[in-house]
Amino acid sequence: MSGLVYARYEMLRTFRNRRFFMFSLGFPLVFYWILAAPKHNKLIGGTPFTWGLYYMVGLASFGTMMAMISSGARIAGERQTGWTRQLRISPLSVRTYFRAKVLTGYTMALLTLALLYASGAALGVSLTAGRWLEMTGLILVGLLPFAALGILIGHLVTTDSVGPVMGGLVSLLAFLGGTWFPITGGFLHSLGQLLPSWWLVQAGHVALGGPAWGNRGWITVAAWAAILAAGAAWAYRRDTAKV
Amino acid sequence: MTVGTTASTEGGIRLQGLTKTFQSSQGPVRAVRGIDVSIAAGETVALLGPNGAGKSTTIDMMLGLAKPDGGTVAVFGRPPREAVDAGLVGAMLQSGALIRDLTVREIVAMMASLYPDPIDVDEALELTGLKTKAGQRTQKLSGGETQRVRFAVAIVSNPELLVLDEPTVAMDVEGRREFWTIMRQFAARGKTVLFATHYLEEADANADRAILMAHGTIVADGPTTEIKARVGRRTIRSTLPGVDPAKLAELPGVAAADRHGDAVILNCTDSDQTIRELLQRYPDARDIEITGGSLEEAFLELTGEPDTEAPELVTR
Repeated sequence: MSGLVYARYEMLRTFRNRRFFMFSLGFPLVFYWILAAPKHNKLIGGTPFTWGLYYMVGLASFGTMMAMISSGARIAGERQTGWTRQLRISPLSVRTYFRAKVLTGYTMALLTLALLYASGAALGVSLTAGRWLEMTGLILVGLLPFAALGILIGHLVTTDSVGPVMGGLVSLLAFLGGTWFPITGGFLHSLGQLLPSWWLVQAGHVALGGPAWGNRGWITVAAWAAILAAGAAWAYRRDTAKV
Repeated sequence: MTVGTTASTEGGIRLQGLTKTFQSSQGPVRAVRGIDVSIAAGETVALLGPNGAGKSTTIDMMLGLAKPDGGTVAVFGRPPREAVDAGLVGAMLQSGALIRDLTVREIVAMMASLYPDPIDVDEALELTGLKTKAGQRTQKLSGGETQRVRFAVAIVSNPELLVLDEPTVAMDVEGRREFWTIMRQFAARGKTVLFATHYLEEADANADRAILMAHGTIVADGPTTEIKARVGRRTIRSTLPGVDPAKLAELPGVAAADRHGDAVILNCTDSDQTIRELLQRYPDARDIEITGGSLEEAFLELTGEPDTEAPELVTR
């Protein structure tokens, strides 16, 4: 059970990092209130969703995506201080190390969801228990590629550049995924559908009666998860091979 | 190995024909050039040498952090990775900070949780003098305290082999003294200890045996007393006209005496004793200068020529 004790300390130190904790949780929340509060019970043009609902789902995808990626990307700091070398001369397995990072990411993601759901409810979003659960379940599955992406970034990037790289990437993925406004047709629509962030946004919509994930969604998410996990494993090996 | 015994330390540490070359912008750097070392379980050994001698590279290969280009490493009869996975090895690497946002006690407990047979966390804190700092966050520690925590992390695993790569670098004199006291206490539990240093005094005071490295090779290997006699010489220079060098050579602690004009040069095995006698017998000696036999000098003597392969490229 050593892995669990390790994961517990890993989480503890994430929650103690006040700046990381507040920013990760606070950012999507503030955005949500700014975007959704003014017209929360009006329908967004061309969709069956209210502003309150659309942005709750959109920012749930953005916030959880950010939480997953940044948890993995914290590896960059541990590499720089030499802590990963210290871990490599301990019996801690790579798998346990990554699992702790992913667990921490998921914990942050769940907290983000809880806060956004509560805000959504406050702004008049009302769903059946089944739909809340379905949406949450799909989002959690849709986050798998981003868990791997965080670890990949953590191994490729230095602490100096991890912020810009992460910020840029997440903004782009969120934009093309349809977080900020609905992308209903044209080139951006086709491009978006190839991205895991698109399906993260769709995860919410599915549960709300929107078009289903379908085979295309599942395959896209699974493919990205596999590709990015392979990439993360490669980056880890590359990183540990050089001394 | 008979069934039922815990012969986990059998075989000690064996390095055979170990080589490692790095590529640098100025061509290859042969950091380690074929070394053979055998350390018995329970021994305390100092790995002594100037910067760039290949000490850290050797240690990295011993810990499985670097892959040798040639040769083999066996730690208690296993490849380094297996020995590490079995929790037999604890190490304090040359550089490295701690992760932040945990208390001293938590970071030590976190590392202890990874090992099959750790010592009590409180005991590790007690041993390393961190009892009063147990509740402090790691990012608020001084350099010396950080080193202590890294030491606590190394010993809390209760390793059979403890490896310390220049552990006292960030410590003040008092810190160093305490550090070595703790290290000796730990070694007295029957543990095998290997530490790298470039201070001859540290090796002499704390190890049974010293291995001298220079430019990636082993230039001497033996009991510290022997090594000390070989490289621990000091030179006394003084202006002292009209005294026969042969008479000076009779002074206690002098190995050789020489004269250049009015200046005499005494090569000493025990410069303390020599200087006392010198001043007593020749009170008019002046401009006295005592220089320590630096390891670098000693290595030049032992190896005959300075290294031409820019050894500083090898150090991290």
